[in-house]
Amino acid sequence: MEGYQLQSEEVQLLLNDIYTQYGYDFTEYSKASLQRRIQRLFALDFFPSFAEFRYRLQNDGPYFRRFVEEITVNVTEMLRDPSFYRTIRTTILPVLSTYPFIRIWHAGCSTGEEVYSMAILLKEADLLHKSLLYGTDINPQVIERARKGIFPVSQMQKYSENYIQAGGLKDFSSYYTANYHLAKFDSALQGKMMFSTHNLVSDFSFNAFQLILCRNVLIYFERELQTKVFRLFDHSLENFGYLALGSKESLRFAPMAARYRQIGREKIWRKVDEQG
Amino acid sequence: MNKDRLLVIGGSAGSLHVIVTVLAALGKDYPMPVLVVLHRNGIFESNLEELLASRTGQKIREVEEKDLLQAGVVYICPADYHVLLERDRSFSLDYSERVNFSRPSIDVSFRSAADVYGEGLVALLLSGGNADGAEGMAYVKQRGGFTIVQDPVTAEVPYMPQQALLRVGVDVVAATGELPAVVSALGR
Repeated sequence: MEGYQLQSEEVQLLLNDIYTQYGYDFTEYSKASLQRRIQRLFALDFFPSFAEFRYRLQNDGPYFRRFVEEITVNVTEMLRDPSFYRTIRTTILPVLSTYPFIRIWHAGCSTGEEVYSMAILLKEADLLHKSLLYGTDINPQVIERARKGIFPVSQMQKYSENYIQAGGLKDFSSYYTANYHLAKFDSALQGKMMFSTHNLVSDFSFNAFQLILCRNVLIYFERELQTKVFRLFDHSLENFGYLALGSKESLRFAPMAARYRQIGREKIWRKVDEQG
Repeated sequence: MNKDRLLVIGGSAGSLHVIVTVLAALGKDYPMPVLVVLHRNGIFESNLEELLASRTGQKIREVEEKDLLQAGVVYICPADYHVLLERDRSFSLDYSERVNFSRPSIDVSFRSAADVYGEGLVALLLSGGNADGAEGMAYVKQRGGFTIVQDPVTAEVPYMPQQALLRVGVDVVAATGELPAVVSALGR
């Protein structure tokens, strides 16, 4: 299966084509990971040559949608890193509860598992009724799935364990109805969610939030793009709002780091000073 | 000799004590950075770095994204992320699907390191119970890198090195006891 290896110059050509033709800018994504995903798609779809791959991407809109789906990473799970969610439950939600209305943004939410996780925590803190959760992703396909709130039943045991480790006190299965191999989550949770496409590279701030979660998205971006996205989050966060990142991501190199304070050892930062 | 070099060590079940003896033998002035891709399977939550530091005398660091590789440092893949290399000799992390049921996957790091380091790459594959690393070994070889496999006869779990030997004509097959000397010699 050792087929043709795309050269980095060829990948660059594709990214330029895609930007001019479709307006999606992947040029500031981390190259190693991007190249691997593109190579994988190239092999998966049996392209005989780079030229044919390029031609298809230039001339076949639906195929470009497949490209976006396949090269963006959509791996996610419910209540991943239980200690993170325990901190949300014990430290962040009590603060948010003092607001009359809570707005939360899950940026790069993929198929929505984290949004449902948050909704469960809010419900248990009796805050869901006054909350609105925005879930956005660059990929329209995963947003469609997030809206449905249907996940594989095979994952539920793992999620249930995460839930207990995160301090959950109920029976996790009370949040979904299992039907054959699918678990459909309680529509009361969905009632407080809004899903839409949003491209962190090119789209603007669309609201002010008290909590923004963006976990395992920034690892795919080069430093300058990370900085740009940090600015977008900074603009979208109310003063004293929280920004939550993935377990291997950090605000350390962001230009506004000095105006944020980390919450314990979790990857959660609080904006303690408006733009100075 | 080409100064732009990297040693990547891939290991799974039964490889930890071999990693310890190899790293301890490299000494303080080994001339290239080392990346350890160990299947952690949740067994070593956070104390792996401490354990390796105390038992090898090496400067151990868990990979952080965008860290520039430095000789004299042994980098450990974090649990649950693939580790890739960029052209500027920095690390990228990737949380995509498991490869060979593994994240970090040895194949992923071998391939990515081979793309960047080519002939400057040394790849060492150790004991383990799945086929991760075999395909990556073949790719390292194809790119001109130097390939070493722990002799399956002496490996605690022979399957992983066996799979690599079935796919690739590697440069060196070394018994467990010989590995520290073989790897050290490459740094001279």
